[in-house]
Amino acid sequence: MTETAPLLSVRNISKRFGGVHALEGVSMELHAGEVVALAGDNGAGKSTLIKAISGVHRCDEGEILFDGGRVDFATPHDARACGIETIYQDLALADNLSVGANIFLGREPKARLFGFLPVLDRRGMAAAAKETMALLDFHVERLEAPVSTFSGGQRQAVAIGRAIHWNAKVLIMDEPTAALGVPEQRKVLALIRSLKAQGRGVIFISHNLADIFAVADRIVVLRRGIKTGERRPGETTSDEIVKLMVGG
Amino acid sequence: MTTITRSAGNGGRSVLMRIAELRAWLFLVLLIVVFEVWARAAYGATFILNAYNLQSIAVFSVAPLLLALGQTFVIISSGIDLSVGFTMGLASVVAAHAAALAGDSLGLDALPAMLLGLGAGVVIAFVPGLVNGWLIAHLRVPPFIGTLGMYGVARGAAFLIAGGTTVPVSNEWFATIGNGQILRVPIVVIITALAVLGMHYLLSQTRFGQHTYAVGANRNAAIRAGIDVKRHTMRLYLLSATCAGLAGALYSARFSAGAAQAGEPLLLDSIAAVVIGGASLFGGSGTIGGTVAGAFVIALIQYGLVFIDVEPFWQFVAVGVVIILSVLVDQSQRRLAGGRQDD
Repeated sequence: MTETAPLLSVRNISKRFGGVHALEGVSMELHAGEVVALAGDNGAGKSTLIKAISGVHRCDEGEILFDGGRVDFATPHDARACGIETIYQDLALADNLSVGANIFLGREPKARLFGFLPVLDRRGMAAAAKETMALLDFHVERLEAPVSTFSGGQRQAVAIGRAIHWNAKVLIMDEPTAALGVPEQRKVLALIRSLKAQGRGVIFISHNLADIFAVADRIVVLRRGIKTGERRPGETTSDEIVKLMVGG
Repeated sequence: MTTITRSAGNGGRSVLMRIAELRAWLFLVLLIVVFEVWARAAYGATFILNAYNLQSIAVFSVAPLLLALGQTFVIISSGIDLSVGFTMGLASVVAAHAAALAGDSLGLDALPAMLLGLGAGVVIAFVPGLVNGWLIAHLRVPPFIGTLGMYGVARGAAFLIAGGTTVPVSNEWFATIGNGQILRVPIVVIITALAVLGMHYLLSQTRFGQHTYAVGANRNAAIRAGIDVKRHTMRLYLLSATCAGLAGALYSARFSAGAAQAGEPLLLDSIAAVVIGGASLFGGSGTIGGTVAGAFVIALIQYGLVFIDVEPFWQFVAVGVVIILSVLVDQSQRRLAGGRQDD
């Protein structure tokens, strides 16, 4: 897999906030169909790194290459337009709306009633929702139900569904399994595997080493803004990762 | 493989929720039955099948319903507009002044003077609406405070423009709009019905409506989805003020006079209609159909209590009790909805 050109390539990026070095010369790569886990203690720079990739922060030094070309996103919208979607912990769902309405939020399709009156194309939204969620092996039966009636894992699936419906090539997920029960965590890991199978690249932040070892192809470890190591799960142990995270 | 479906045992729950959603209509039917039985028992006459009573209740509902239409959008977006009553008063005074001036000083015919008057009433309402929207959207003033301030400003402005008294208009077209009928249906009721249809379309079938629900449920999600929430908020308060402006203009037409206090008692009624209609004051839910039912519930209570000869002050008590009951139903409905709401 590593022989092909990487989908996303981060080269020597640094970011400072005042005197604080949030990131110092960090590099990483992500290939299509690959899952990279970001591990690190609080304040290690994981969030700063994903924010730099997704256009929230601009880096002070270094460069980001996406699909072979250099990119410099001014806003998260620019990143999204290129196919880099970030799913934050709060998922950013409108709880009172259906799966379809959430997927299309802000970009709702229109149909014409009686040939002239423009109306929301609810049927089209529902059909697209069903199709998209089926890609994630989530089979939505109650298409009109508000997403507030869904479980945590299902809501995560809706957020991911929104990203892939708009053709995200890279999905960045911030603590996707936090605040979920064990069965729900398994479902989210299964979702990550299905994204990988579809040839998308996934970067995910997690504190849970078991989750990291379960789905990641590579683990990038950060500590105080510096990349302290990069390992493949088969060639390392939790102990080694923890040592890289905390030092010593 | 996961299937998104409500687990067994939720069948009963969703029936309960359906009932809770339709509570305004059920309550309306209950009220009609009670008053009808009372009327037949006490007077041996029908209450609801009487065309005069129906007309009166419909006309009675016009102003509170118009205010409630705009208020529905604002409340769904998890805001509130406390200024609607005096925006209506301001519009009423300006409409009367404009119609009178156009007729007397400019010497226009009654028809163009009437149109100018109604138009001026609606247009003047844009001012408080835009200021509310600007305060709330751009200066991040809480809606409760921003519109409470505008309540005072619009009130003062209305009384100042009116010179502390009512503003009479003698214009036969004005009076016709306010009191005329087409096929025994009052013209103001027809205008209100058209407004209801338009607002229902706007809320349920357009992006504007969909975004209103989204903003009310999760403002940040709406922003991240690329919705211009500030512009949307401006439009919501402008819409609410426009409805109040129309209500004020129609008030002047009905009484051939503008009054600063035209909408004074209607603020509570407008919010009550929306809440009784099933909208949540926490935002994110509500429908125009529910608001219409809520407005009729209030009108029916007020008119019905007079009809059965109860002291008029009991109306306030009755409407207040219904509001509290509605909010209680709304809260238990949220608990039923799965406890996902933050308590």
